[in-house]
Order: sequence, then structure tokens, then C-alpha cells
Amino acid sequence: MGLKSKDLVGIKALDAADIEQILDTAAGFKDVLGRDIKKVPALRGKTTVNLFYEPSTRTRTSFELAAKRLSTDVINFSVSTSSVVKGESLRDTALTIQALGADFIVVRHPCSGVAHFLANNLDASVVNAGDGTNEHPTQALLDLFTIREKKGVIRGLEVAIVGDILHSRVAKSNIYALKKMGAGVRLIGPPTLVPDVLKDLDVEIYSDMEKGLKGADIVMMLRIQVERQGKGFFPTTVEYFRNWGLTPERLARAKESALVMHPGPMNRGVEISSDVADGMRSVILDQVTNGLAVRMAVLYLLAGVKG
Amino acid sequence: MSKVLLNKEDIGRIITRMAHEIIEKNKGVSSLCLIGIQRGGVHLAGRLAASLEEIGRRNIPVGALDIALYRDDITVRKEQPVVRRTEVAFEINNEKVVLVDDVLFTGRSIRAAMDAVMDLGRPSAIQLAVLVDRGHRELPIKADFVGKNVPTSIDETVKVAFEEDGLEDRVVLEWV
Repeated sequence: MGLKSKDLVGIKALDAADIEQILDTAAGFKDVLGRDIKKVPALRGKTTVNLFYEPSTRTRTSFELAAKRLSTDVINFSVSTSSVVKGESLRDTALTIQALGADFIVVRHPCSGVAHFLANNLDASVVNAGDGTNEHPTQALLDLFTIREKKGVIRGLEVAIVGDILHSRVAKSNIYALKKMGAGVRLIGPPTLVPDVLKDLDVEIYSDMEKGLKGADIVMMLRIQVERQGKGFFPTTVEYFRNWGLTPERLARAKESALVMHPGPMNRGVEISSDVADGMRSVILDQVTNGLAVRMAVLYLLAGVKG
Repeated sequence: MSKVLLNKEDIGRIITRMAHEIIEKNKGVSSLCLIGIQRGGVHLAGRLAASLEEIGRRNIPVGALDIALYRDDITVRKEQPVVRRTEVAFEINNEKVVLVDDVLFTGRSIRAAMDAVMDLGRPSAIQLAVLVDRGHRELPIKADFVGKNVPTSIDETVKVAFEEDGLEDRVVLEWV
């Protein structure tokens, strides 16, 4: 037992047994979160540093809480108030944080590959909290945990991922994870955001949402990055919603037992209607709770890998 | 090399005797609950509860406790202990908790288990029941109910197998 690497850079580097181990461990941590005293002494004396080069509320808060519930000390390193604005390089910043005694460095950065770069340059365990358009591994793990919790299995399920796949690190990590665990994956969206080359990932591609949702067990919506509007990927958010927004009528194409997921933050009326977001089949808030358990499991398991 | 210390019949008799001892010490079974330490202790707690219910004619709450997150060797071990479920679906405030484990050795698991129990509530008392006490304590901990005292040398291993895991009930002493 135990993970093979001191870092969690991406799902790509994990195998099915690693993923299963993280999900099993997370189940134990979910118990802890249901108690009056939601804190365990497991990683007492360790230090976690959140190094976020991009705005984030939920992921940073989730990591912070997960680290605190494991009794590690947490420092939030906010780039806007640090020496990064004075021109310090990423590597120097990271080495400085390590020299202060950080055991875990949780990093989010707009450039793909940053987590990998830091993992190679640091002795501390690096956890990728999203790098560019590459990966966001803990989001995929919490999605899988939620699916397994609700459906009992992952193997054999048909998962439809809808939206801006091209720019989505959440989608990439989920595709890798779902394929490794034996699920079928369909990608749905406008051809500008779901290009044909993605077929190499062993997935089906649909631009017609009605067709793509037919018989799906899971409908995973992605956030449409409204800031990309006007760059020619789609005409307007209104038109996007008309073609690819998840409405009750469209959801009816999926299986009756289908679950609706969204990594947040949601744009109601752009990629998802409020009826669906707040509906019976939505597990969006379960995803948030499970994210805490999964991130605790990741930190706990990484602590066991000696560099 | 190995030697069978206890067989199925021995274990059955010991559990019946320990159940009586628990009732004697607590003057009955009221406000009593059992919490087994994952994994062997959980099986043993289930059997002790069945025996107690037969004698005391009252349902005894039984829980399972995982101590992985409370261990003191978490940062020195080669790999992390597996995190299992803690399932204590009843209030332990002001109850008498009998912790149940299969083998009492250094006492460190029991120290961790007491911390874990305290995070679940404030029991009126914690008692300890073990199937085998093999000595070599590293902490000042003593069991209230002992199935069998077995003097061992430090490099020997005591292995406990239970039917619940698909094996034959037995306690075996192994050495090289």
C-alpha cells in the first residue's frame, strides 16, 4: 500500500490501484467530517503552504480546511501581496517557502506544467491545485468519489462531459481518471471547444447535445469561462445556452437515474438552468463536501511517501 | 516455527468468561457499550456483545474504531497505515465504553484508541478487554479483562485469526 510518488501532479501518472486507494482512504475521512470534533491529529507538526497564482475561493478554502482538519499548520501565500510582484521567479519563491519548512506545497498557476516543474525541484510534496489547461487532479478524484458514493461503481458507467473541454483542466483530469477506472466518456460541446483531436483520448465526441446525453449515467457540466466570450469560440452566452445549456428537457435524454455534476462556480443560465442545478439529481453540493475528504486523503497518503 | 495457543473451543470459553467478568465489574449491563479496534477487535467486540446480550438480556451497542489517524508513529513508519471506517452510531457521553482489541502488546494502539474515543464524546469510563496480553508494554496501560496472558519474547509474533475473515478461529505464536 501507499502511493509511489511524493507529489500529486496529475491523474495521468496514477494507475487504477492508486486512484482506488485514494478513494478508499477518503471514505474514512468522510466519517471524520461527520463528527462533532472534525479534526484528527494525524499530521501534527507538518506545514502546508497554499501557493495560488490564480484567484480561487473554493479550491483554496477546501485545501486549507483539509490541511487544518489533519492538524497541519497552514499558510496562505497570496501572490498579490508577496515578493512575486517585485519580480521573484517561481522557483525562488518555491525554494524560499520550502526553506521555511513547508512539507506540502499546494500550487495553482495559469501555466501548464508548473506543478511538474516544482515537484522536480523541491523535496516537499507538491499537490497540483490546477495548472493552466493541463490538470486539476483533486477535482477529478472528488468527482470519482462522488460517483462511486452514489452509484456504487464507476466501471461501465457512461459519463457525458459538457462544455469547454479545450480549456478545461477539470475535464482533462476527469477523462484520464474515468478511463483508468473503466467508465465510458463522451464529450459534448461546440466544435471550437471540443476539437476532433480529443478523440485520441479514447472518447466519443458530440456537438449535438440531445444525441450525446442519450442514456448517460452522469452529466458533468463545465463552467463556461465568460471571460473567453468575444474570442470567437461561441457567438453569445444566450446562444450557447440555447444549444448546450443543461435544461430539464435535455436532462430527460439521459438515464432516469442520471446524476448532474458541476465543479463550480456555476453560471446559471449559461451552461446550466437553475431548475437542474437545484434539482433532485444535482450532487453539486455533495461534490464540495467530498472534496474535503478527498484532499485530506491525498495529503495523508502523500505524507507516507518518503522522498 | 509456530504453536497454537488457543483453538476455537478455547476462544469460545474465554469470551463467555470475559462477558461474565464485564457484567460482574459493571454490576450489570446498563449504560455499557463495546467498541472494537479495527480490525481484530471489531470481530471480538461483536462476539462479546452477543454473549453479554444472552446473559444480560439487553441490547449492547457495538462500534468499530479506526485508530490510524491517532497513531504516534505516523511520521516514522515507512508507509501510512490504512485508514478504515470508524462506525460508532451511538452516543458515548456518560456511557461506560469497553474498548476491545485482540492482542495487547506495547499499549500504543490503546493510547491512540483512547484519544480517538475522547474525540467522539466523553464516556463516564473506559475499560479495556483483550483476548491475549503478550507483555512488553511501552506505556503505563493495563487491561481490565484479559482472555489469556501469554509470556512472549519480543521477536515472536502473535497471530489471531477469526471466522469473520473466512479463517478458522485460533491464536498462534510464531517465531523464526
